[in-house]
Amino acid sequence: MSAFDDEATEGTVYTVSGNDWSELLETLTGQQDEQLVINMGPQHPSTHGVLRLVLNLDGETVTEARTVIGYLHTGIEKNLEFRTWTQGTTFVTRMDYLAPIFNETAYCMGVEKLLGITDQVPERAQAIRVMMMELTRISSHMVAIGTFGMELGATTPFLFGSREREMVLDVMEYITGLRMNMAYVRPGGVSVDLPAGAVDKVGELLKVMPGRIKDMRKMLDANPVYLARTKDVAYLDLTGCMALGVTGPMLRAAGLPWDLRKSQPYCGYETYEFDVPTEKSADVYGRYLVRVAEMEESLKIIEQALDRLSGPLKSGRVMVDDKKIGWPAQLALGPDGLGNSPDHIAHIMSGSMEALIHHFKLVTEGFRVPAGQAYASVESPRGELGAHVVSDGGTRPYRVHFRDPSFTNLQAMPATCEGGMVADVISAVASIDPVMGGVDR
Amino acid sequence: MSTENLPEVPEEPIARLGMFGTSGTGDTSGYGRLVVRRKPELSTPRPYGGYFDTVADELERALGGDFADAVERVVVDRGELTFHVRRERLLDVVRALRDDAALRFELSLGVSGVHYPHLAGQELHAVIHLCSITHNRRLRVEVSCPDDDRHIPSTVSVYPTHDWHERETWDFFGIVFDGHPALTRIMMPDDWDGHPQRKDYPLGGIPVEYRGAEIPAPDQRRSYT
Repeated sequence: MSAFDDEATEGTVYTVSGNDWSELLETLTGQQDEQLVINMGPQHPSTHGVLRLVLNLDGETVTEARTVIGYLHTGIEKNLEFRTWTQGTTFVTRMDYLAPIFNETAYCMGVEKLLGITDQVPERAQAIRVMMMELTRISSHMVAIGTFGMELGATTPFLFGSREREMVLDVMEYITGLRMNMAYVRPGGVSVDLPAGAVDKVGELLKVMPGRIKDMRKMLDANPVYLARTKDVAYLDLTGCMALGVTGPMLRAAGLPWDLRKSQPYCGYETYEFDVPTEKSADVYGRYLVRVAEMEESLKIIEQALDRLSGPLKSGRVMVDDKKIGWPAQLALGPDGLGNSPDHIAHIMSGSMEALIHHFKLVTEGFRVPAGQAYASVESPRGELGAHVVSDGGTRPYRVHFRDPSFTNLQAMPATCEGGMVADVISAVASIDPVMGGVDR
Repeated sequence: MSTENLPEVPEEPIARLGMFGTSGTGDTSGYGRLVVRRKPELSTPRPYGGYFDTVADELERALGGDFADAVERVVVDRGELTFHVRRERLLDVVRALRDDAALRFELSLGVSGVHYPHLAGQELHAVIHLCSITHNRRLRVEVSCPDDDRHIPSTVSVYPTHDWHERETWDFFGIVFDGHPALTRIMMPDDWDGHPQRKDYPLGGIPVEYRGAEIPAPDQRRSYT
């Protein structure tokens, strides 16, 4: 018994390791304590990564819920200040690791705003960005829905979600050379043009994915067990969302059609046709419905982007013309996943000494960004992802702060959990869909 | 050249000397005597353009005329409007921005800190990004405090979402948000020394502690001599 009897400031601490529940019950019988403080995480399979929850329970009812974060803090914002502006993309892509393209795009839009070249980014690069972002949105929502199923004890949605995400990651790998953390979007455009066959590859995905989303809907939309676990659970209305700064599917499930792609368009979103799905229920089920509907809308956008990339924007540069900013972007993706440009290498190594010096300076020292600050935001799968970028006129960021939607939305956890059942905490947290890489940065 | 006849030019602090910011070493580029000056901290003159004038007018009305007392500077840069607010008046300003029907900045996108060691008397900045869903507008509110008096009033009472954001800014910059319900560290461990995002805090070089054991910082783990 001594293994789990320990006096602490808040009362007796019982440590349970799995096979000793009966012993714990024996100890607890006859005790006067009605309140039970439970520590959940940070290494708990259903807390979405390294999130730690401290729950005060009265029976099965949660009376108080607290969140402890910071276990995945990696100091990305600090590190950014010690690298060039271009190298920054390799850092920010690792924040919200389920939606890397969104981090890169928000950051690059901020840098472009500081440089004043937002209008000069080629249309082809913008269309590629849009296509990649929407592909990422599908894969991110697939993980959200899949892990949600698994955390409630259903394995099939997870297998479905992972399979669908794998398809998207394959396309990512084909286009950028990497499945995740690809640092594909760069200040001024994207790092590599679409490789040959990329349009067909995305086209294949467009053929398969609608059926796969339909399968997911068939399995979950009217599933009685799923409905029982999600309907009227973790209610958070519009007032609560606004006060807590909640954006994204949670806000749209509360009835407000607020989507930056519509309200404050960027990357040419105003030229695409799509709807902003909303629900009125403000519960876990509503958030699920919004996510599924968003995936269907994303498919529409990808289709339109693909039409442009194979039609009017079939060729052209994918990086700004300004040679003082744009890295050589006419790269071809090699079998090793690294981009290279034989023509460019021939030019700088044996053609022009000035080009070599210029290339060396641009790559090692980087470009200077005029002093000032800018805020750029995109609608990530989890809500408004904002990048506050400050420059002091140097070749390195002076300060970059990411307003990550996971971080802000996770604050709503106590509001959605307190007063509910302990089992609903799992679905509440899963419906917030926090990605700890983004929360802790 | 005498500067007596010139119009009053605000002092521009020197940002950088020489091409590469080096001094006394082998800068042979010919740019060694280059002097780069920072932009002076100025207000943008009216008109600001777009909806910015409306927002400034409405805020002036909502504050009851003492706009100049609350807002030190108005800066319009790169299509973004910034109000530099005196910290004593921060709560009045954000409350007016949120509640006034003509302003209605309902959604706050959090607080971000910036450390400017060269700005004497206003080294630490807290930057608040606001968004009005009613009018589809954006606005930045910037507050500063000197490094030896790191206090800024907390805005959690107006925007509850600032709870974690202010904790993060305290954790990283050491700005004390007076009136915050529980200003504790959020990212770094509770017993951490220092505030890592400040410019005087180095990158790396901190030994790793785990349950009583101490492992030297990565750059000091091995010696290759």
